[in-house]
Amino acid sequence: MKAAQLVAPIQRRGTGLSDRSLAWLFCGPAILLLLAFNVFPLLWTIYLSFTNYRANRPNSPSVGVGFDNYSRILNDPEIWARLQSTSHFLFWTILIQMTLGFGLAWLLNQKFRGHATLTTIILLPMMLSPAVVGTFWTYFFQPQYGIFNYIVSLFSGTREFTMIGSTALAPWAIILVDSWMWTPYVMLLILAGLRSIPDYLYEAAEVDRASEWTKFWRITIPMLLPFLILALLFRFIENFKMFDLVNQLTSGGPGSVTELASITLKREAFEKWRTGYSAAFAIILFVSVYGLSNLLVRFLERVKER
Amino acid sequence: MNQTTDPLQPSSRMRWLAGGLIYLYAFITLIPLVWIFVTATRTPNDAIAYPPKLVTAPSPTGFVNLFTTRTRLSNEDLAALPPPATWYDNLVRKQQMVIAGPSSFIGRYVNSLIIGFGSTLLSVVLGTLAAYGFSRFRVPGKSDLLFFILSTRMMPPIAVAIPIFLMYRAVGLSDTHLGMILLYTVVNLSLAVWLLKGFMDEIPREYEEAAMIDGYTRVQAFYKIVLPQAATGIASTAIFCLIFSWNEYAFASLLTSGNAQTAPPFIPTIIGEGGLDWPAMASGTALFLLPVLIFTVLLRNHLLRGITFGAIRK
Repeated sequence: MKAAQLVAPIQRRGTGLSDRSLAWLFCGPAILLLLAFNVFPLLWTIYLSFTNYRANRPNSPSVGVGFDNYSRILNDPEIWARLQSTSHFLFWTILIQMTLGFGLAWLLNQKFRGHATLTTIILLPMMLSPAVVGTFWTYFFQPQYGIFNYIVSLFSGTREFTMIGSTALAPWAIILVDSWMWTPYVMLLILAGLRSIPDYLYEAAEVDRASEWTKFWRITIPMLLPFLILALLFRFIENFKMFDLVNQLTSGGPGSVTELASITLKREAFEKWRTGYSAAFAIILFVSVYGLSNLLVRFLERVKER
Repeated sequence: MNQTTDPLQPSSRMRWLAGGLIYLYAFITLIPLVWIFVTATRTPNDAIAYPPKLVTAPSPTGFVNLFTTRTRLSNEDLAALPPPATWYDNLVRKQQMVIAGPSSFIGRYVNSLIIGFGSTLLSVVLGTLAAYGFSRFRVPGKSDLLFFILSTRMMPPIAVAIPIFLMYRAVGLSDTHLGMILLYTVVNLSLAVWLLKGFMDEIPREYEEAAMIDGYTRVQAFYKIVLPQAATGIASTAIFCLIFSWNEYAFASLLTSGNAQTAPPFIPTIIGEGGLDWPAMASGTALFLLPVLIFTVLLRNHLLRGITFGAIRK
């Protein structure tokens, strides 16, 4: 009662601006900028996707072509092959990073001496510029003198072999470098999850004489689930967009075995200048990543409610 | 003798094993990073030796080559020249080349600094205001707006670049600092708003209400009470924005070519000058990575929050 009486006159005092206009004053500039640089370009891309516009011929008239671009993309076996490479990359990077990240987080949670410092050290790769570090990995992969190839030859005996020049190994080279960069990301998330599990759950299990195995499946995994889904979500979105690292490592080659969707998009839009066609492809990619991540977010919310 | 056995604490043998495995992983994962810095101090010939040398005599050749452009001369032409005037002239002569002029590395590095700091400043200012607004006021359609702001991060950068490229060409922002600053500001804004809203939500409203009872206006309460409380959050958000702009490659490679080109699209091109000059590229990479490495160490306790858009606050 008293509080309400106190608060009411305060809101009328002040600069004379109502809360509503203040809200717009605070949020307005950011929203305007987002409208100009996000909403407007998105609408423009949707418009372009229905035309045959080519950015390198700005003066030739662009003609509406209806859903032609979309049907051409969806019926193009080349595009499906690229999406297959993307799925291969997504599946293996996520599997490796989740498994390895889980293992590392579990080990770090054993709180041995120096674990905090080591966590920071292990995190370093993920903060670096993927394009710049990716370029340098081509040096490590040099068939004649690369240090990666040298270390492998110490164990396998094969003197010269090529990682990024071979159609069989190149898809694994990009998976390897991506995992080197991003496993720490998953590790950090899962480590936070492990530390958020309250001790009393394990204490109770101890009283019940539950086995380690039971504790793991009945306590650790269910409590970690939101963190695991979140890691999956972020890695999925990031690697679906993957461009810089792979572009610098292999630029899609050899042939097109490592040409992920984003690299195809760049070729269509900025090398072949098929702007309308690539706009349609961009929309298709956006809708897929948006739809799939929405599913994951829903799942995450259901898990959190439990 | 009689150790206290807390069943929840890992046994000492377990700890040793865990520590050992983690040290091993940290060692392996650091090899590429250390190798970049090592290569920066080598001569081009040492850098392509087989088997790779573990230790070589340090040489500034990589840095000299990074900061200069050089022309290759024949032996006769070299012999006809007057003796080298400086130590770096001398180093270049040893590679059978002469210095033709400074390289564009410093310019690109400065571009990275201007665009990085400019966009960080803008996105943190706008982000702080918007985050406060979202945190304290009833904004119509707030949750939709917030989710929309997040979803802008799901667009592949190339997809965003298509209309931005056309837009910038139409208004003359292609390859300008302003254009890149605005673009990075928008990309960082989503992160800034989400992170800062989390920090603002943690500041009790009672502080401002008390201040307003004392006669402060809402705006005064915002910058005298809330801003100092949110300082750590704002600083760590700023570092995240800075690191993103600093590392960004896709937009920079498509929308800039000279005037406003940042370091990431430039560094890979160093390799072309004067054969496979790995030490020059390594020096450029090392100078480029160093600030981020330092910031990461400074930021270590806020990393988790930053990389998950504030979804996990620890």
